Amino acid sequence: MGVIENPFFLTQKTILITGASSGIGRAVAVECSKLGARCIITGRNEKRLQETLDALAGEGHLSIIADLAEPEGIDKLADKTPEVDGIVCNAGVVVTKPVAFYKPEDLSYVFGINTFSPMLIIKAFLKRKKIKSGGSIVFTSSAAADSAVAGNGIYGASKAALTNFMRYCALELGPRNIRVNAVQPGMVETDLIHGGAVSEADLAKDKTLYPLGRYGKPEEIAYGIIYLISDASAWTTGTSLVIDGGYSVW
Amino acid sequence: MKTLDEFVVLFAEQFFRTEPATIKADTVFHDLEQWSSLTALSVIAMVDDEFGVTISGNDLHNAVTVEDVYKCIITKL
Repeated sequence: MGVIENPFFLTQKTILITGASSGIGRAVAVECSKLGARCIITGRNEKRLQETLDALAGEGHLSIIADLAEPEGIDKLADKTPEVDGIVCNAGVVVTKPVAFYKPEDLSYVFGINTFSPMLIIKAFLKRKKIKSGGSIVFTSSAAADSAVAGNGIYGASKAALTNFMRYCALELGPRNIRVNAVQPGMVETDLIHGGAVSEADLAKDKTLYPLGRYGKPEEIAYGIIYLISDASAWTTGTSLVIDGGYSVW
Repeated sequence: MKTLDEFVVLFAEQFFRTEPATIKADTVFHDLEQWSSLTALSVIAMVDDEFGVTISGNDLHNAVTVEDVYKCIITKL
């Protein structure tokens, strides 16, 4: 039996995943490990990050506790991480409130983690020359970057900025043979959406707007991210992949 | 600490196409024509600003009258 060549495999690749302690980030780490990647996972919560580490297939993975809302946290991450083939910037937070109630600290918090942190992470890795030629960067943006839902303005604006930043990265990193793309998930069943300002009743009503009749599962977003990280997407850069159960057909 | 009457006024301020005087402590607010996810989010944000308390979407869903919302806030103070 010869070795099966499959461009979706991630063998020999080292992938950094931020926000890996839960939700989509954890699913990305687990699915990457199953495809043979060495995963460097980072998050703020030591216990939950350890749970992700324990769930990974294979050997040699690394977990780094870092608060990416702080420049020191980003420097620590970039210093401790070895040279990578892929970066999945996935860490994200939500504040849901109507415009009339915005506070400066809401904006700093959400943009700090969803937008500024990924920008500074890429900068930190470029500065240290820690992204290999042929590498791939994926940002977890959101369907909210393109469509408005009442109360979601800060989050949606932060993700729209992230999607646009992705295009600038694709332009500037093309000559280094580094690809940069994003995914735009619709609503996904994670801790981010339950127990907050939106009631379970309103969530149930919202699901009826999805042609496929349900919210996504974290691994269904992970598979799209893996396509963009893998060599299967070798000629894809500057694009944003919508994965939303058909929500955007409206 | 705001009284129930003061809370009712603040609650009514989150509606823009409903006559404020029609909203009282015993109003079944889910039945109001203008009640929506936006008004719900506005009430939650107002409660956070005025009382320093976080009520959830589920708390609001489970409340029947405006006074029920006030009582929910009191239990969280």
